[in-house]
Amino acid sequence: MIPLRARALEFRGASPASAEVIRVSLSADRPAIIKAQEGFVVGTGPVPEGFAWYLLGSVDDFQRLPIDARAVIAPAQTMFLGQGDVIAVDPLRKAIRVLYRGNSPYNHFLLTERCNNYCLMCSQPPRDVDDNWIVDEVLRAIQLVRRDAVEIGFTGGEPTLLGERFFELVQAAASHLPGTALHILSNGRRFSDGEFAAKLGAIGHHDLMMGIPVYSDLAHLHDHVVQADGAYDETIRGILALKASGVRVEIRVVLQAQTVGRLPHLAQFIARNLLFVDHVALMGLEPTGFARANMESIWCDPVDYAHQLSAAVKTLSGAGIRTSIYNSQLCVVPADIRPYARRSISDWKQTYLPECEGCEAKRECAGFFASVTHGRSRAIRPIVGAS
Amino acid sequence: MILSLASPFQRPVCRVAKFREAEAFDSSANAAYTMLPWRFTALDGNDRYVATNLVGEHLVLDRETIGKFARQELAPADPAYDELKARHFLIDDDTNVAVDLLALKVRTKLAPLANFTALHIFVVTLRCEHSCPYCQVSRANNDRGEFDMSRETALKSLDLVFRSPSPALKIEFQGGESLLNLPLIKLIVEEAKRRNETARRELAFVVATNLAVLDDEALAFCKAENILVSTSLDGPAELHNANRPRPGRDSHERAVDGIHRARGVLGHYNVGALMTTTSASLNQVKAIIDEYLRLDFGGIFLRPLSPYGFAIKTKSYAAYSRERWLEFYFEGLDYIISLNRQGFDFIEHYAAMVLKKMLTPLQTSYVDLMSPAGIGIAAIVYNYDGTVYASDESRMLAEMGDQTFALGNVHRDSFEDIMLGDALLEPLTQSFAGSVPGCSSCAFEPWCGADPVFHHATQGDPVGKKPLSAFCTRSMALFRGLITRMEADDDVRALFEKWANRA
Repeated sequence: MIPLRARALEFRGASPASAEVIRVSLSADRPAIIKAQEGFVVGTGPVPEGFAWYLLGSVDDFQRLPIDARAVIAPAQTMFLGQGDVIAVDPLRKAIRVLYRGNSPYNHFLLTERCNNYCLMCSQPPRDVDDNWIVDEVLRAIQLVRRDAVEIGFTGGEPTLLGERFFELVQAAASHLPGTALHILSNGRRFSDGEFAAKLGAIGHHDLMMGIPVYSDLAHLHDHVVQADGAYDETIRGILALKASGVRVEIRVVLQAQTVGRLPHLAQFIARNLLFVDHVALMGLEPTGFARANMESIWCDPVDYAHQLSAAVKTLSGAGIRTSIYNSQLCVVPADIRPYARRSISDWKQTYLPECEGCEAKRECAGFFASVTHGRSRAIRPIVGAS
Repeated sequence: MILSLASPFQRPVCRVAKFREAEAFDSSANAAYTMLPWRFTALDGNDRYVATNLVGEHLVLDRETIGKFARQELAPADPAYDELKARHFLIDDDTNVAVDLLALKVRTKLAPLANFTALHIFVVTLRCEHSCPYCQVSRANNDRGEFDMSRETALKSLDLVFRSPSPALKIEFQGGESLLNLPLIKLIVEEAKRRNETARRELAFVVATNLAVLDDEALAFCKAENILVSTSLDGPAELHNANRPRPGRDSHERAVDGIHRARGVLGHYNVGALMTTTSASLNQVKAIIDEYLRLDFGGIFLRPLSPYGFAIKTKSYAAYSRERWLEFYFEGLDYIISLNRQGFDFIEHYAAMVLKKMLTPLQTSYVDLMSPAGIGIAAIVYNYDGTVYASDESRMLAEMGDQTFALGNVHRDSFEDIMLGDALLEPLTQSFAGSVPGCSSCAFEPWCGADPVFHHATQGDPVGKKPLSAFCTRSMALFRGLITRMEADDDVRALFEKWANRA
């Protein structure tokens, strides 16, 4: 697990001002005007003058810094930060936040903690707080992301609750990262207002995908999972409006006790009603947040829903819909649908178990969320030979 | 302290007790449900009924459940309630997004209508060296030029082709034996491609040929111009040659040889074959299918015999009853299903097209199963003499002396005269199955067609009395036969879903 956030850090030379978003450099050899905007990761070599910030692995390095240098001691982060990564340094909260890593394909910006759903298995439980400052930070970070980045993501909370500022963020991604794909996680409800959807379409982002959850072909079962009455109708109308506005949509289904029973029905429903969606992701549980608290009521062992998953994948892919299985271990996915399983868990929170030792499929396997302490299939075993 | 959660202020989550149970979100029972448009028709003698919604999503229900639902007495707790709700037979206090989705599905179904005519059939000659008794158009002596389409007629016809707004245009060359007038085919292809440089349509060509006169010149031309070949193959040699006499009695040998040569030059998938069913076919469906297997085709279209042209004159149409054809058909279908069970992929195309309508939101381009009918607006025929017909069957009817579906002439009439004239619009509007007695209340209507030409030919009016209609009998039996097989066996259902998506 790679720690992207750290608090209670030791700052030196910095007044407790509000957070700054900066690019990281491992190289000492930078133009002075650039150095003044960057943070230098102090290694074993000489420490140059002129960087805006210095990131230290140990308090002992402090004496090697230039006079009046601003520094933070963040040993865990200096281990993995790379050239061009983007971080927020926050002396007021004694924190740093790694916002973007150039060598990772998984870069998601959390835009808000607020949400109008309250999902049973939410890995990022919502909080009703004024978090507008996050938007400012992300807007700044987007400008610093390497322009050859392949993909970035927006997540939440529910990003569309930001209203106009949501469009500001999408526009920023479109403008500053003209070659970078943008993937946004949203419950889609806000787009049931067709004008809101049209506004997103009008930005004309070059490579945008909206990831939207649909948990059942029956409204009340979906509403139960997201704990919001009327959410289903809004989400479906939102998907229709987005597609009508030319925005690509991915449907995301979390595989849990409440959804697996009617999974084949849901697949039929999607094939019949939403054939025009661009991708369907069937996703294993991420056992953090509410999911951890509610584990008993939401957990269903993958080996117990293998049949439903297989039927759903065949219906969807048979209808010509691009289909993926996320977050599931290959040894518990039926062999005939293994080609649909992706290595989907972000590197910073991905791990394997001792049982995986000797597995020949390990390199292709999504593995586990590092947070997994319970919620492991009883059928985890190494894949050896043709098994 | 290091926290590795995604939020800057994440605190460990306490055990939350704020979650509500599923029942709390189900307001289905708050008030009576509202039925959306739906219909039902008996499936079989076992008290089972087929119910369809507005766009043809179906459920098989027992009589009691159907009755309860229709009388507004079906309880939300009844397992059928959820299935009816998920397939948009009803809305209730819980959800009404079904209305939006139904509207979208209706639009999806009807959207192709706006594209207008995609298939344009050119009868480049009536000459043919075969003399098939079932032939549906007059054959003519081999070397008489008077039955060839002229250059002027071809060019005038192309004017009309490019008036169609369809983004995809397919030009099919028919006869007689189309390759007997290869020079005109070449002219039409060249001229169509020239016009398409500015028209920018998705342009495709098909040559329908018996392959008996296929020479290297024709093949090289098809290869160079990317033209597909469609041929006739009625079954094993004895049957094929009996059905399709020609001097030398070698029709089958020439067809098979032509298929191999055409595949060799054009590629395997660019050569298709169609069979025609005759009374001699009826007791050998397996042999016919085996012939298609032997020749490495991926499927077969088990076709009914149409009632036009020589087929009626020679009484071959009456020679077997519609029931006998259905036996033939289902014997063949079950044989093909058994082949698939053995792991051998093979499609029956008639079923596949019907299943596509039943199991997907999409439509097929099969003209016989369209409502509004496909005449004129999906496919149109330019006869060798410049007469424009509403369909291939229409010109066969004309060859028998009935000009009802002659829409005009390329030399005399404008696009508007032809497409907006009563000869086309009257049968189209009258026969629309959604408003026709017998069809409007039939559960199978969303999958069925209008076929005004067939009903005119057999009953003298484009609508016809459906209980007397062989088209109706055949289609109903087909729908019931397919549903019964799906209901009885999940493997068959999976196979049918596969076919539906491939059709």
